[in-house]
Amino acid sequence: MKSGVLKLVVKRLAVAVVTLLIVLFAVFFATSMLPGDTASILLGQAATPEAVAGLREAMHLNDPAILRFLRWLLGLLHGDLGTSYANDMPVAALIGGRFVNTMKLAGITTLISVPLALTLGITAAMLRGSLYDRTVTVLSIGVISVPEFMVATLAVLLFAVYLRWLPALSSVNEAHSLADLVRIYAMPVITLTFVISAQMIRMTRAAVIETLSTPYVEMALLKGASRSRMVLRHALPNALGPIVNAVALSLSYLVGGVIIVETIFNYPGIAKLMVDAVATRDLPLIQSCAMIFCLGYLLLITTADIIAIMSNPRLR
Amino acid sequence: MTMARVASSRRSFLGHSYNLVGVVASLVILAWTLVAIFAPYIIPHSIGDIVDDDYFGPMRQGLWLGSDYLGRDMLSRVLMGARYTVGISLAAVSIACFSGVVLGMIAAVTGGWLDTCLSRFLDAMNSIPSKLFGLVVVAAVGSSIPVLIVTLAVIYIPGAYRFARALAVNINTMDFMTVARVRGENTVYLIGSEILPNIIRPVLADFGLRFVFVVLLLSGLSFLGLGLQPPLADWGALVRENIGGLPFAAPAVIVPSLAIASLTISVNLLIDNLPQKIRDRGV
Repeated sequence: MKSGVLKLVVKRLAVAVVTLLIVLFAVFFATSMLPGDTASILLGQAATPEAVAGLREAMHLNDPAILRFLRWLLGLLHGDLGTSYANDMPVAALIGGRFVNTMKLAGITTLISVPLALTLGITAAMLRGSLYDRTVTVLSIGVISVPEFMVATLAVLLFAVYLRWLPALSSVNEAHSLADLVRIYAMPVITLTFVISAQMIRMTRAAVIETLSTPYVEMALLKGASRSRMVLRHALPNALGPIVNAVALSLSYLVGGVIIVETIFNYPGIAKLMVDAVATRDLPLIQSCAMIFCLGYLLLITTADIIAIMSNPRLR
Repeated sequence: MTMARVASSRRSFLGHSYNLVGVVASLVILAWTLVAIFAPYIIPHSIGDIVDDDYFGPMRQGLWLGSDYLGRDMLSRVLMGARYTVGISLAAVSIACFSGVVLGMIAAVTGGWLDTCLSRFLDAMNSIPSKLFGLVVVAAVGSSIPVLIVTLAVIYIPGAYRFARALAVNINTMDFMTVARVRGENTVYLIGSEILPNIIRPVLADFGLRFVFVVLLLSGLSFLGLGLQPPLADWGALVRENIGGLPFAAPAVIVPSLAIASLTISVNLLIDNLPQKIRDRGV
């Protein structure tokens, strides 16, 4: 029976690898569809046709697209991300520090939003139909229904304009004290936490409610177990798989959220780098950033699926 | 019995069993639709005219929603913005749902390798984060209304496909499908006359949800400066260009945000309050 689970997991991983290849292919082709010739863009308007032709040859732009894709892929495997068009620096050097910044933002958000959302989601499910439950549900639907930038705008209005607790825009350099740290991360983290938690609360609540409607929980109720014992001892252990699945899925919303949040708060992360790269049409940089985001997203949704497979008792 | 069921479902479909929240939500949606259609005839000022000496002016008589960062009338700009936000989103979601549902039904009816290939490919498409997809496409081909519509449509085809296919696979196992096949009906008849009428209601509810996603994504892209380009401005672009007014809580940055929220929340509420029969997947 155990091998059945293993087989499904391996199959899911294989699908993820194939998907990753398709995604990389799509990113590569979308970016090489750019109208106008890369070589002539690089050399500017004064370039002679010979110089353009020479550069095209040197950049292997005359090769068939599939060959260029394979070469790019090979470069990736060697850790060579290419050279930025805009400022002639290796992409890896541009991304390095920014990537750490984004991971810090994502990490802090995760640390805050997971316990918060799980507590709210589980308690809302326990007190289903109460005023508390309805408030939590309406608020989370409200946050889900509006764009991320609006959550950010409202957070700025509330905390920076009316309450004056925090500065509106973070300008990160080095954090020397705890106050600096709070100043840098507060607004982006608050915004992201709202966005991620809303998703997580909804999914967690749904998962717990589904478990609460199973016959064995009804049995626990009938034998006289208290409400908290019924939830904590009987329902939660079985809802753990779906809940972890919900957490991983919700965290994949970080990818979209981080793009907006880093732009609005001018946070020097990888998403801001990518949005700027789109403005300057810096292809190698866009490709690498897009790849990192797709990889992270794929990692999270694959993890979510695998947890769902492993926690399904019918497959064990 | 069949007649009675048909009659009752028709009655709820015409709106007899909507509750208050549903009615309010549909009124808001209707209002924005009318604004989107008639915007050029009802705006008090031309959207390019500078009518205020001050920028980020407050709400006052004549300039009901204040002025923007150049002193232009905010009311006119929000009303015209409805046109782009609602129009582009509606066009995109129509293409996405039409293609997704047709492909989904074909995959369910045909089965075999076509089904497998389509499902694998569209699942892979689904694994690209939507904002990222938009960013990459805009980087590659630039931003214009047709590009935006097609990009948004392509992003949401996989979701519509998955939803429709799941419903159609259930219908496909019914006896009347076997009968139709034995009669020798072709695929076009099978999906058009046997499957579609049985899944149309959940598909319409899904259409509404997907419309919300498209509005949110379009606003997000415009907010990043990658959606509609000036001088045109949808609601997301209006928030972006007036973001400088945020520290003074200018109406110019709050009103377009509220416009987006009123539309998306209304659609969500309307769908949540639809009669059970329309919303449910079960047929």
